[in-house]
Amino acid sequence: MLNRFADFVAYHVLSLNPSTRLGGAVQFFIYDSIKIFLMLAVIIYGVSLLRSFFPPERTKAILSRQRQYVGNVLAALLGIVTPFCSCSAVPVFIGFVESGVPLGVTFSFLISSPMVNEVALVMLWGLFGWEIAGLYIATGVSVAIVAGMIIGRLHLESQVEEYVYQLQAGQGDLPSLHWRERHEYALAYVKDILRRIWPYVVVAIAIGGFIHGYAPQDFLVRYAGRNSWYAVPLAVLVGVPLYSNAAGIIPIVQALMEKGMSLGTALAFMMSVTALSLPEMIILRRVLKPRLIGLFVGILSVSILVVGYLFNAVL
Amino acid sequence: MSKIQIEVLGSGCARCHKLEEVAQQVVRELQIDADVQLVNDVRRIVGYGVMQTPALVVNGSVKLSGVVSDKAAVTRAIMDELAKV
Repeated sequence: MLNRFADFVAYHVLSLNPSTRLGGAVQFFIYDSIKIFLMLAVIIYGVSLLRSFFPPERTKAILSRQRQYVGNVLAALLGIVTPFCSCSAVPVFIGFVESGVPLGVTFSFLISSPMVNEVALVMLWGLFGWEIAGLYIATGVSVAIVAGMIIGRLHLESQVEEYVYQLQAGQGDLPSLHWRERHEYALAYVKDILRRIWPYVVVAIAIGGFIHGYAPQDFLVRYAGRNSWYAVPLAVLVGVPLYSNAAGIIPIVQALMEKGMSLGTALAFMMSVTALSLPEMIILRRVLKPRLIGLFVGILSVSILVVGYLFNAVL
Repeated sequence: MSKIQIEVLGSGCARCHKLEEVAQQVVRELQIDADVQLVNDVRRIVGYGVMQTPALVVNGSVKLSGVVSDKAAVTRAIMDELAKV
């Protein structure tokens, strides 16, 4: 039905010729944009509703009873459902550490939560299908578990700013929510996210459509194919300044994959975009000493590189 | 009636400023005597037991946390506290 609507707009309203490149590109653009926005609205609403049951306070309570390993796995999984915005990184970090969540477990959460976020999942699902979206969740959670375990094993507690340990967190009695409030929360969240990301989505789908229609087939195989040794680190490096902008990146990645970028490289790129964010590091500097920030970035980068090379090697 | 203390907790993100704006607006529309203050000191934020910013604190009790600024919810939170004084 969506396809018919896109046909109608492209070929009748705009009277473009279906057999031309422009006609095809415009039809593709209209179809993809409508599909993605519908999916974003519906899925973000559902996820927000679900999330209203998993505030970080509850996650904290669950994790403070866990030890290494099991704790890392739980933290990475809870990171998927707990809402997180990088502006909350500091209170979340302090709250976790203060209530006795081990440092490595806290990091598993801090990595998984922004990496496996609902916008990235919708875009991956809508544009690549559920297999790749699932693969992204699985690898993202694994990276969070492993990186958190390594940080835990390194015993870096002294690399946290001292004042964090002296803080006494208040007992936040959470206002209990009724369904009406959950609905309002979810609706407000959908509006907020869509308002924030729609220009990126539109521009990215347009660029993706352009690459799809005009770039020569296979032109990236040589540079970003699975046999290119430098493609993965380059993708990670390029991803760092594009922080937390999955909405603007995934449609372009899709087009680049069509033209020969390998899956491992694409996964590494997307993880770098979502997980390695400069502003978040600056925010975390308020609670972490520079050495721990450096280690955090280093361990996370290496884990992402491993994912990239691994998938390039086996697929 | 004593002045109502409204605090917006947040460490300087866009959402926090938005919540401050909404709170100011609600105060104006309700025509109440209230003091709206933006708090970005981590220690105080943590002291309230808040983990998700922005959060809205009215007369020392946490009303909203982590939610996107929704005018209806902010109004309810303030009215709620008004009813107590």
